[in-house]
Amino acid sequence: MSQVSRRPALKRTAGRTGQYAALLCYLLFLAFPFLWLISTAFKPPRELADIHPTWIPEAPTLENFRQAFAQQPLLEAAGNSLLAAAISAVTAILLATPMAYVLARFRNRFSRAATGWVVISQAFPLVLVIIPLFLILKGLQLIDSRIGLVMVYVVWSLPFALWMLTGYVRAVPRELEEAAAVDGAGRARTLISVTAPLLAPGIVATALFAFITAWNEFFFALVLLKSPEKQTLPVVLTHFLGAEGVADLGPLAAAALLATLPSLLLFAVIQRRITGGMLAGAVKS
Amino acid sequence: MPRPEPTAPRPRARIHRRGLLAAAAALPAAALLPGCSDDDRRRTGGRITLRFQSLAWQQDSVTANRQLVAEWNRKHPDVQVRYVQGAWPTVHDQLLTSFEGGEAPDIIHDASDDLADFAYGGDLADLTALLPPRLKRDIPQQSWQTGTFDGRVYGIPFLQEPRVLIANRTILKRSGARIPTPEHPWTWEEFEETAKRLTRGGTYGVAWPLKEPVSATLNLALSTGSQVFHRHRDGKVEVRFDAVDQVVPRTIHDQLNVDRTASRTTLGMGGSDTLPGFFAGRYAMVPLGFSYRQQIAQQAPKGFDWTVLPAPQGTGLDQGVSPQTLSVAADCPHKEEAMAFIDFFLRPPNMVRLALGDWMLPTGQEALKDPALRVARYDWAAGTALAGSLRSAPAQSVRGYPEWKDKIATPGLQEYYSGAIDLDSLRKRLVRDGNLVLARYQR
Repeated sequence: MSQVSRRPALKRTAGRTGQYAALLCYLLFLAFPFLWLISTAFKPPRELADIHPTWIPEAPTLENFRQAFAQQPLLEAAGNSLLAAAISAVTAILLATPMAYVLARFRNRFSRAATGWVVISQAFPLVLVIIPLFLILKGLQLIDSRIGLVMVYVVWSLPFALWMLTGYVRAVPRELEEAAAVDGAGRARTLISVTAPLLAPGIVATALFAFITAWNEFFFALVLLKSPEKQTLPVVLTHFLGAEGVADLGPLAAAALLATLPSLLLFAVIQRRITGGMLAGAVKS
Repeated sequence: MPRPEPTAPRPRARIHRRGLLAAAAALPAAALLPGCSDDDRRRTGGRITLRFQSLAWQQDSVTANRQLVAEWNRKHPDVQVRYVQGAWPTVHDQLLTSFEGGEAPDIIHDASDDLADFAYGGDLADLTALLPPRLKRDIPQQSWQTGTFDGRVYGIPFLQEPRVLIANRTILKRSGARIPTPEHPWTWEEFEETAKRLTRGGTYGVAWPLKEPVSATLNLALSTGSQVFHRHRDGKVEVRFDAVDQVVPRTIHDQLNVDRTASRTTLGMGGSDTLPGFFAGRYAMVPLGFSYRQQIAQQAPKGFDWTVLPAPQGTGLDQGVSPQTLSVAADCPHKEEAMAFIDFFLRPPNMVRLALGDWMLPTGQEALKDPALRVARYDWAAGTALAGSLRSAPAQSVRGYPEWKDKIATPGLQEYYSGAIDLDSLRKRLVRDGNLVLARYQR
């Protein structure tokens, strides 16, 4: 009897161990490039060309960081990236949230067509868009303009933001809004006091997506901005590269490491809010 | 002045929300207003400002470029030059859109093999009549050819580098092989023989970094009289792959696949990727650009003994190069001032500073005489001795060459070097398919 009861427990333990092992492998796979970047950023030139590379630098140095800052205006570029990413994320959210609500709550032929168009627009490759976009912005005198770049970032992130937020709005039970209406709340009151708080994690996640998309974006910034003082961080990172793929690897790794930090910090701070599951228990089934 | 009518106070929450929304809407515009585009090239208060886009990327080179711009600006308060940092990997796309948008820099740093489309497309200014006599005399004719398209000068060549053999001197000495000099280089046959002697145990005689095989192959093949691109009297270009064109590719192929004196693992590598193996003694020689010495000097283990050898010769020691160039945008309204800056920038002492910063050779004859470029340290003298043999790569003035290179020659040569196809198949691809590509550009 005891053997029979032990078997499922053993199976469960083995299954759980396997799951954790698989998860660990996956995490290592995901973390490998980042860990390698950290390692490279602190290595002196001789260690970078060692045929038997080590994870932990034998003679760790901050020289790569010093050189990176000495060679390129990294802080100024990071400021430009931050400005463009923050403003485009805020704008995308301001535009996408009401649109998503309409698409999720008022389902008719128009909303279905709009959703379809949003999904299709994700299929357009960048190279197809860049030349017409360039000509349009040129006509509007928005080349070499931060406004032009932010507009592009907003337009570029809007379809996916809209698609994400529509899903979040649909997950908010309609019954909650109906209950608020029964209690005498108007539509505006219902939206602000009932729907908006429940949407907060979705809005944060979508804003984060829009921010990171703009923070990492390279090609639009390269093509649309001309003045050095307006260049964003990904564009400035290419200045560590020479012809034929030669790179100033140490300073490049140091600068790239600094460029990844804001995204990481942002995730670390708000990941609980994204995964918090604020909807849990909102409705008694 | 009439005072506005007092209005009834609104609910606080509502005002707050509206204010918030208005602020949110105004924020992007307010934050970005200083970013509106301006035209730097207009005269402001009688002062001209020119934008100079430099592709310098190594610290010493960036410093030299910036210092020269600062020196010019101090001496010429009426013609100010603004330094703009560009990047080699993105310069073509960036210039292409800049020209389309009328936003191109006034003075453009690039390489001669990137200029053809811009020159033929009318994006670059014809500098022929603007060239100062001093500069004309200083740069030799074979270098001028690299920046000349349809008989007009669109790019002023100023830095170049030969492809050399960088060798592990310890292994070389141990083998007892003759050490070649610029005066007495190896023939291709001697090079093959030496590679065989150097291949011992875990060491390969040579490592060919052939991630980008086309320019390496075509430029070295000039030494055997190869041309590949033949221009007819009507100006049309034809691709041929005759016996003289096949010597260098066949040598490389045989080292990789027949003699096994070259490592096959470096076939997909760039030059920098081969250095760890070179330092570890896995390869005795690596054919690399002369400027790779900077990385070697920086990264080589203490006590590692290396040397620079000339590339093998065939019927001559000629080698194709695509020098770094300076051009002026066609729509620059101050071409003479731009040329005056270039003339200052390329004065012999300045050219020497730029060459030392980039670990390359200057094209100017006066700069080449500078003692700083004739020292034994880091084998500067060995490279300087090769300057006279550098010629314009025959392909670079050919319209459609980039497409031929990317779609036909790169995959063709990669397959040939890996042993997947034979020389005849390679010839058919380069010639038959290649001429179809070029024909589209020559209608």
